[in-house]
Amino acid sequence: MKRALFYLVLGLAAITFLYPFLWMIATTFKPPSEAGTLSLLPDAPTLDNYRAMFARAPVGRAMINSLLVATTVTASVLVLGSLPAYALARLDFPGRRFVHGVTLAYLLVPSQLTLIPLYSLIVRLGWVDSYRALIVPFLFNAPGVLMLHKFFLQIPRSLVDAARLDGMSEVRIVFGVFWPLARPALATVGIVTFMGTWNEVLWPLLVVRDQSTMTMPQLLTVFTLGGGAGTLGIQLAAATVLIVPVIVAYAFLQRHFIESMAGGVKG
Amino acid sequence: MRHERSTGLFLASPYIVFFTIFWLIPIAAALVMVFLDWDLVTPPRYAGTENIELLLQDVRFGRALLNTLVFLAVNIPLQVALALALALALNRNIIMRSFWRGTFFLPVVISGAAVTVLWKALYSTDVGLLNQMLNAAGVRSVPWLTDPTLAMPAIAVMVTWKNVGFYIVLYLAGLQYVPRTCYEAMAIEGATPWQQFRNVTWPLLRPVTGLVTTLSVINGFQVFIEPYVMTGGGPLRRTLSPVLYMYKQAFGYQKMGYAATIGVALALIMAACLFVGRKLAAGKEAA
Repeated sequence: MKRALFYLVLGLAAITFLYPFLWMIATTFKPPSEAGTLSLLPDAPTLDNYRAMFARAPVGRAMINSLLVATTVTASVLVLGSLPAYALARLDFPGRRFVHGVTLAYLLVPSQLTLIPLYSLIVRLGWVDSYRALIVPFLFNAPGVLMLHKFFLQIPRSLVDAARLDGMSEVRIVFGVFWPLARPALATVGIVTFMGTWNEVLWPLLVVRDQSTMTMPQLLTVFTLGGGAGTLGIQLAAATVLIVPVIVAYAFLQRHFIESMAGGVKG
Repeated sequence: MRHERSTGLFLASPYIVFFTIFWLIPIAAALVMVFLDWDLVTPPRYAGTENIELLLQDVRFGRALLNTLVFLAVNIPLQVALALALALALNRNIIMRSFWRGTFFLPVVISGAAVTVLWKALYSTDVGLLNQMLNAAGVRSVPWLTDPTLAMPAIAVMVTWKNVGFYIVLYLAGLQYVPRTCYEAMAIEGATPWQQFRNVTWPLLRPVTGLVTTLSVINGFQVFIEPYVMTGGGPLRRTLSPVLYMYKQAFGYQKMGYAATIGVALALIMAACLFVGRKLAAGKEAA
């Protein structure tokens, strides 16, 4: 009896988290007359909301932009970020302590401090409305470098020495010896970076005004606020397009998402 | 080794160049811009302490800070209570644990923009789901986002819903360090579940609660997209957040110097909040 009550309460809590998403997806298939109802099954299912959405906003383009930006940033954070992480962990070079110190200090600086100067820099460089503005300021990522650095420190020095004796270059050691061993760290940094970039909305709102360069969260925001979306069903259709790929990926990689996104904090 | 020194510098150099351009210079620029009047088009004008004086008298900035306090006053207790309760539930011997955990974590991975658009619909006065449920229960509709006193708490509830899964995972990790023998010993002595919670679980989880609070404060000062989409900062500026205000000054009015001043002030205020929080926590620990 007590146990049944426990599961009832837990189930109600779970419904609070799932129902809004299910309702949202259901509403995108409802005609305007049904949009406000609580039901999850449309009486007269329709694709009109999606047709109207694609006709009114460059959603396909925005999804491609988002994918392009998030993929490029993630690849760069992993590939380029591995180099300083390796140098900090295994090479004794002048200024190493300083570079490590600045990287740690960066974690303490709130993003609000640098947001406006960065925006001014992008405007002065003439990068407004370009992919450069969305990608270049994020090519490296301090928490990412630190996490890879910490993981690289656990890889025994003897492996580096052996690889050097074999005549491997330092870059080959990073990608040929360290990467295969560092898969968990790479996955964590990759997931956190990809999700952070995919969901980011304030930065694109600052540096992109042209619809053809907008990322999907930005387009959703502008489309909803600008009134271009019209009915609720069309707004929610745009939101659904943005989140369904994430939900699908999450369904398969749930454990990795949770361990990466919540585990990173303790690191 | 000479070779190692030069290779190390070579491998780190792109990163050094990057953080100089995109972190160090912007931090220095923020401090310089405090003293400038600059619209990004005409050359900047030295403005002395005008921006600082303006900020100290700016009722809108004061309002934005007050709004953040309201947000945190709702968000932190709710977040701690819900995350802890659900973590304790998931820490028991239950079926489908990963399903429950995955469900509560789902909103964490979803874009804040999408969640905000969704909740704007849930909160809508006429057709919103919340009001429909209230109506079904015989309660009159509540103007969640258009009532000045309700709007910010409503946003805080939404953000709690979005983030709580993250904090559940932190509490679950913390609970692994609470030794089972503690509970067994207390159970033998006849302690009630509430006494066990009060005397064992809660004190042992204090570091996690501190972390949850710290992260919530940082998060609370970053609120932007929620009021931007839901209310535009209204009604009566009661949901104007500091970052939204900064965005409006920079993007809406091209007041770069003033926007940068807001950024610097925010960084200082956050640092002060976290410092005081740390002192308070340390004091409690000692007591």
